[in-house]
Amino acid sequence: MDKMPKWADVILIPLISVILALLVSGLVVLYIGESPVEAMQIMVRGAMGSAYGWGYTLFYATNFIFTGLAVAVAFHARMFNIGGEGQAALGGLGVAIVCLSVPWPHWSLALLVACGAAAIFGAAWAAIPAYLQAKRGSHIVITTIMFNFIASALLVYLLVNVFRVPGSMAPETARFADAVHLPNAADIAPWLGFRSSTPLNISFLLALLACFLVWMLIWRTRLGYEIRAFGHSETAAVYAGINPVRIIMIAMLISGGLAGLMATNSVMGEAERLVIDNVQGAGFVGIAVALMGRSHPVGVFLAAILFGVLYQGGAELEFEMPAVSREMIVVIQALVILFTGALDNMVRMPMEKLFLSLRRRDRADSPAE
Amino acid sequence: MTQASPAIELKGISKAFGPVQANKDISISVQPGTIHGIVGENGAGKSTLMSILYGFYKADAGEIFINGKLTPIPDSQAAISAGIGMVHQHFKLVENFTVVENVILGAEDGAMLQPSIAKARKLLTELAEEYGLNVDPDAVVEELSVGHQQRVEILKQLYRKADILILDEPTGVLTPAEADQLFRILGRLKEEGKTIILITHKLREIMEVTDTVSVMRRGQMTATVKTAETSPPELAEMMVGRKVLLRVDKKPANPGATILKVDDLKVRDGKGVERLKGISFHIRAGEILGIAGVAGNGQTELLEVLGGMRPAQSGTVILNNDQIDLTGKHSNGQTRRNRGIAHVPEDRQQEGLIMPYEAWENIAFGYHHDPKYQRNRLLMNNTAIRADTMAKMERYDVRPPNPRLPARNFSGGNQQKLVVAREMERNPDLLLIGQPTRGVDIGAIEFIHQQIIALRDQGKAILLVSVELDEILGLSDRIAVMFDGHFMGERLPDETDERELGLMMAGMTKGAA
Repeated sequence: MDKMPKWADVILIPLISVILALLVSGLVVLYIGESPVEAMQIMVRGAMGSAYGWGYTLFYATNFIFTGLAVAVAFHARMFNIGGEGQAALGGLGVAIVCLSVPWPHWSLALLVACGAAAIFGAAWAAIPAYLQAKRGSHIVITTIMFNFIASALLVYLLVNVFRVPGSMAPETARFADAVHLPNAADIAPWLGFRSSTPLNISFLLALLACFLVWMLIWRTRLGYEIRAFGHSETAAVYAGINPVRIIMIAMLISGGLAGLMATNSVMGEAERLVIDNVQGAGFVGIAVALMGRSHPVGVFLAAILFGVLYQGGAELEFEMPAVSREMIVVIQALVILFTGALDNMVRMPMEKLFLSLRRRDRADSPAE
Repeated sequence: MTQASPAIELKGISKAFGPVQANKDISISVQPGTIHGIVGENGAGKSTLMSILYGFYKADAGEIFINGKLTPIPDSQAAISAGIGMVHQHFKLVENFTVVENVILGAEDGAMLQPSIAKARKLLTELAEEYGLNVDPDAVVEELSVGHQQRVEILKQLYRKADILILDEPTGVLTPAEADQLFRILGRLKEEGKTIILITHKLREIMEVTDTVSVMRRGQMTATVKTAETSPPELAEMMVGRKVLLRVDKKPANPGATILKVDDLKVRDGKGVERLKGISFHIRAGEILGIAGVAGNGQTELLEVLGGMRPAQSGTVILNNDQIDLTGKHSNGQTRRNRGIAHVPEDRQQEGLIMPYEAWENIAFGYHHDPKYQRNRLLMNNTAIRADTMAKMERYDVRPPNPRLPARNFSGGNQQKLVVAREMERNPDLLLIGQPTRGVDIGAIEFIHQQIIALRDQGKAILLVSVELDEILGLSDRIAVMFDGHFMGERLPDETDERELGLMMAGMTKGAA
């Protein structure tokens, strides 16, 4: 018995959740004595009102697509990968090593190898928790969280003691050579009005490609079929001869690899050097993005755009409305996560009832059935 | 208790879940001091009706009268205070509590436990004498046999002063001997004036203990008759709506060469408990070996080991003269399938099917490496699988024949047909089939039994595990009884009966082997 049409499940419910979150956010803004309508206008205009705004919005969205896909893939195998933060940080390390160690003749070659390194480093960081889960039953949530801290400590050590430019006080690597500079939106599509300083770069296309490939993997390949089967029922998977250890390892490696790929955008595309905390919470936002996108690449893409808007719009709001502090922006983002992720059922249950009663009325209206 | 008014009277009860009308204008009246049976296929609405009576669901329409008085039952608390007690199919006991602790749970008198426990202990002794419900009040529940756990459930209800007892499929987990004891207890309860409603799908039990019986079909009450004035075939016909073969029609077996030979098989579970303690048997081509036994005596482990889901610690298994790897290092469900073992698992919802997967995805399940299901080295050929699914659904009469419907949206019988279709159509040398008709309606049971016999007549070896003795007796060419990880012995179906098998299932032999 189908409860709701698919569009309601995928589009309508998240939309209502977001609107509810924004309404509550509006109350918060009202409470500190500012106009919620004006705040909303600033956010939307700041994020989507100009090429400048879009540049940042889509740049953030690129990060969130990668980390969101990472969480989504693991989630299909019923693995809750909370370690996107650490895996992305390690991905950054991979990118930095590739970019700094070889005098690349062209950015495309460098990007290709950097992608590989980012994915491998990210996957390697996910491999240890995955192995502990598959072989020892150590809970993946606990181990991946702990690995975030280890990653962060490791990066501090490496940036301070190994990669720091001699004489510099900043814990960061040297700037990458100009040859590995990735084309940004202004280089690729100057007619759209992007400034040359825009952070949006070619990695965005990589993220779109990743969405497509993940969709293929999950719904069209035998491996995806096995991953989903395992995620639904481990005993059934064993019955079918699917090896749980293999599925856990592969799903987590892909997940870690996707998280690592985020570094092509943030490290290679924007900062062009590895700084401390290059991930900036994108690993955690990825969890919200995957939840909201129902672990489907299209949903992840849309949710990532939404969070990109929230990030960029929030930054603008903070700038233009001094009464709204940095923390306030975080509150608004948190409300969206709360409503779309944690309070999903609050909207879902009444909607399901509504659709059921509508359907019943339809049936009553057409006695032919 | 000599009132003329019925103990329970339901008038015009209706309940819909979305578009499904689970109960439709049901009226029923049960006299006090009688045992009233309710039979019907799965999904006929028996459980819904009882859930309404016990306050789990609220009826869309209709009234409930208890002892002649209109009694709305909005929740189970109201049901309890109206004197209704329910014994669920799956016991709701705290396993590591003692009997007396379980009995008072939720009905304690105050913050301190001791007075309640003392009171309950005294009452338990009285109840034990009154009804023959003997249970040690200080025994820990998980150490009791299933039959005794069920007594605790009944005691719990009596402690709450229930005058009306509802029992939902109470014999599903009992040996025939335990079931007989239960029926004796129900008889005593009846003599003491209690009213009992017995929900079951076993017609034999209805004939044995009830005074009156109501038949439900598709949410409606089709008939209420005096048990003495009806017969099992008549009841079956009322349940299904057409004449049904209650006995399986089959020719004598014509066994060929030995397909499977199992020798001294020993298996430990994850906790290190020995589940199979040295099992030996063989099955020949064109033969059904039925394994009888109360659930949990090692049958599950036997199927899982043979199906490649679980390693064995020692013993040998020889299939078609080739030894099978039992360590689990070089084999799994996949390799077993490749060697010609098909497996219909006991639990179709947890093992045999992925419930959110659509029918076509489930038809490929376990056979998803089959070359004809692949488009190329990377991608699966979904169109080919769907076409194959369509064909199989037609041959096995799966309804609705829609490959895009998720497995969970099929009825129990049609889910089972999906699994049976997938496994039997692979033309295996050996079919492992566990609880082939559990939770399956009578019409589908008939169909599945015919398919099993047909496969046997094609010269396949079949290992049948079932807790339904009727099924074992009806289908098997040889019967082995399993108890506590051992085989208690082998019998031929013509030379044994339920009594003897029942004793063996309880671990007793009548001397002769």
